[in-house]
Amino acid sequence: MADLLRISGLKASVEDKEILKGVDLTVNDGEVHVIMGPNGAGKSTLGSVIIGDPRYEITGGSVFFDGEDITGEDTDKIVKKGIFLTFQNPIEVPGITLANFIKTALEAQTGERIKMWDFKKKLEATMKVLQMNPEYADRDLNVGFSGGEKKKAEILQMLMLKPKLAILDETDSGLDVDAVHVVSKGVEEYKKNVGGALIIITHSTRILESLKVDKTHVLIDGKIVTDGDAALIDTINEEGFERYTA
Amino acid sequence: MKEKTQVEDIDRSLYDFRYSDDDFYKVRGGLTAEIVEEISREKNDPAWMRDFRLKSLEVYNSLDVPDWGPSIEGLDMDNIVTYVRPNMKKMATSWDDVPEDIKNTFERLGIPEAERKSLAGVGAQYDSEVVYHSIKEEMARQGVIYTDMESALHGEYADMIKEHFMKALPITEHKFVALHGAVWSGGSFVYVPKGVKLDIPLQSYFRFNAKGAGQFEHTLIIVEEGGYCHFIEGCSAPKYNVANIHAGCVELYVRKNATLRYSTIENWSKNMYNLNSKRAIVEEGGKIEWVSGSFGSHISYLYPMSVLNGEGARAEFTGVTFAGNGQNLDTGTKVLHNAKNTYSYINTRSISKDGGINTFRSSVHMTPNASGSKSAVSCESLMVDSISRSDTIPAMDVRVSDADVGHEARIGRISDDTVFYLMSRGLSEEDAKALIVRGFADNVSKELPLEYAVEMNNLITLEMKGSIG
Repeated sequence: MADLLRISGLKASVEDKEILKGVDLTVNDGEVHVIMGPNGAGKSTLGSVIIGDPRYEITGGSVFFDGEDITGEDTDKIVKKGIFLTFQNPIEVPGITLANFIKTALEAQTGERIKMWDFKKKLEATMKVLQMNPEYADRDLNVGFSGGEKKKAEILQMLMLKPKLAILDETDSGLDVDAVHVVSKGVEEYKKNVGGALIIITHSTRILESLKVDKTHVLIDGKIVTDGDAALIDTINEEGFERYTA
Repeated sequence: MKEKTQVEDIDRSLYDFRYSDDDFYKVRGGLTAEIVEEISREKNDPAWMRDFRLKSLEVYNSLDVPDWGPSIEGLDMDNIVTYVRPNMKKMATSWDDVPEDIKNTFERLGIPEAERKSLAGVGAQYDSEVVYHSIKEEMARQGVIYTDMESALHGEYADMIKEHFMKALPITEHKFVALHGAVWSGGSFVYVPKGVKLDIPLQSYFRFNAKGAGQFEHTLIIVEEGGYCHFIEGCSAPKYNVANIHAGCVELYVRKNATLRYSTIENWSKNMYNLNSKRAIVEEGGKIEWVSGSFGSHISYLYPMSVLNGEGARAEFTGVTFAGNGQNLDTGTKVLHNAKNTYSYINTRSISKDGGINTFRSSVHMTPNASGSKSAVSCESLMVDSISRSDTIPAMDVRVSDADVGHEARIGRISDDTVFYLMSRGLSEEDAKALIVRGFADNVSKELPLEYAVEMNNLITLEMKGSIG
């Protein structure tokens, strides 16, 4: 398997405060990686920095995707290569419907005009998988959506945009059991139909129950302190992060 | 941190094209009684209209230019040609009879196509004269009149014109209304008989081709009791390096329980002084709905006014103004509540970019007759960068104790978080910002027929090009 994402010695700061202090991480095609760690360890920052969030300054190291150096590239150019990041707090954008936005994003990514009819059918089917009320397609992007609907809308975009690598940032946090179940179904759908790789940033394991995890990483204070397989998740669930923070 | 590009001027080639006007009839530049008389003669005015023009000129000369808004020093009336007549014998009712260049102009602007697809009638003005007018037969059969002002002035509706012409907007109102009275030419007359509801819109398009000239079209609409009409006006012009002036007048009479929707997408070139006046007189139970998109011109003074004269009369004003580089746009609306239980709702958005200046003025006046009336004003401003400007000047004058008057204003910037979120789905920074601005302006685009909403969104996208910096 070729490596899809290779992060080497990545350092990033925000307002002169270093958050990532030398992260190394390699994700191969189709693999499922889990990143765990206590609050404030830099998990979400890692996701943002991978897709070039301009709030962070990269002060060292590199990010390669599909063999290309994407370190410091503009966000839109990075994601067009096939990366998708779900947001913990998806932004409300008045004046554009969820459906129109997904179509716009698809057209921006593929550079092709998309036929409305085909698109609508695909969108409806995908919303059904996520048990979303079809009316949400015509509502303004995230405006007035509940926390659960916002997360579903993120997964919907992921399924429609079909990235080679999806980074799920705490997608399960703040969701009730049913919503977590639906989101998990969406992630399964992504594995099954798109076959892409996943980086799942989480501090709970509810979303992972139905997924085959290839590798687990523990991120503490801006560094990956240990790597393991799926079994590491159970260990951490039992013991917490204390052993790594000492 | 990241390299940004700056594009100085945008591609406006869709609107910015011109044809020769060498064989057009023009008066010489400037404004004298002699010129006004020449226009009157050329237009074959009835005697009352010639006298009216000369009286207007006197009033014009007696009034000062406004001293409270953007400077119009760059406008020198001595250099303005107030009347330019395209070289054609008479107004056409078929596009085949319109001269080639002029026809091409309107083809490029998509007017004949829109007429075929979605309009009940179309008027097209080129410089000072209306070159084309038509109305669908089934509308005409119901007694709807849609024609150019000149035909109306000479035809069977002459008395109706005389009775209403510049009565809603008297020439003493301000200097540029007086100017209009002196040199007006072209425009549309619409009459909707009692109880007739037009389910598809009428449209007039005003195209300005001549350099250093003025356009002074007059639009007069009467919707009789219980009638309904949606009238759309569009306007554009190629850009010149000298001043052009537009001082049109729109007079709307909305009778008992009638509704008139008046939509405008204004896209004058950025050398235009847009000093336009619009007023609606609304009777008992009637409603005026203004939908206004202002994108063009160098300087604008534009405050459509609703006079609510009958009990339960209503006014809604939905507007968006986009001021870019070199634009100082002073826009807003006025409402006079002059009867019981009248209602007004004003919802405007302004966008300032590249040093553009927006000033929003609203004036809500409630007379002692306006018992039980309500008014709500909401204005929001969006600053695309830190070199632009936006001011809000709301005025309220309430002379009755049981009225309900509210005002809210908000000003904001494009949030970096939103731009990043949209870019994370593959949109470029420029496209992300354009999408945010289009969304911000959707109070107006939502109200427009689909084709016009698309045109407006395209205009915003054009204006947002090169907004990264």
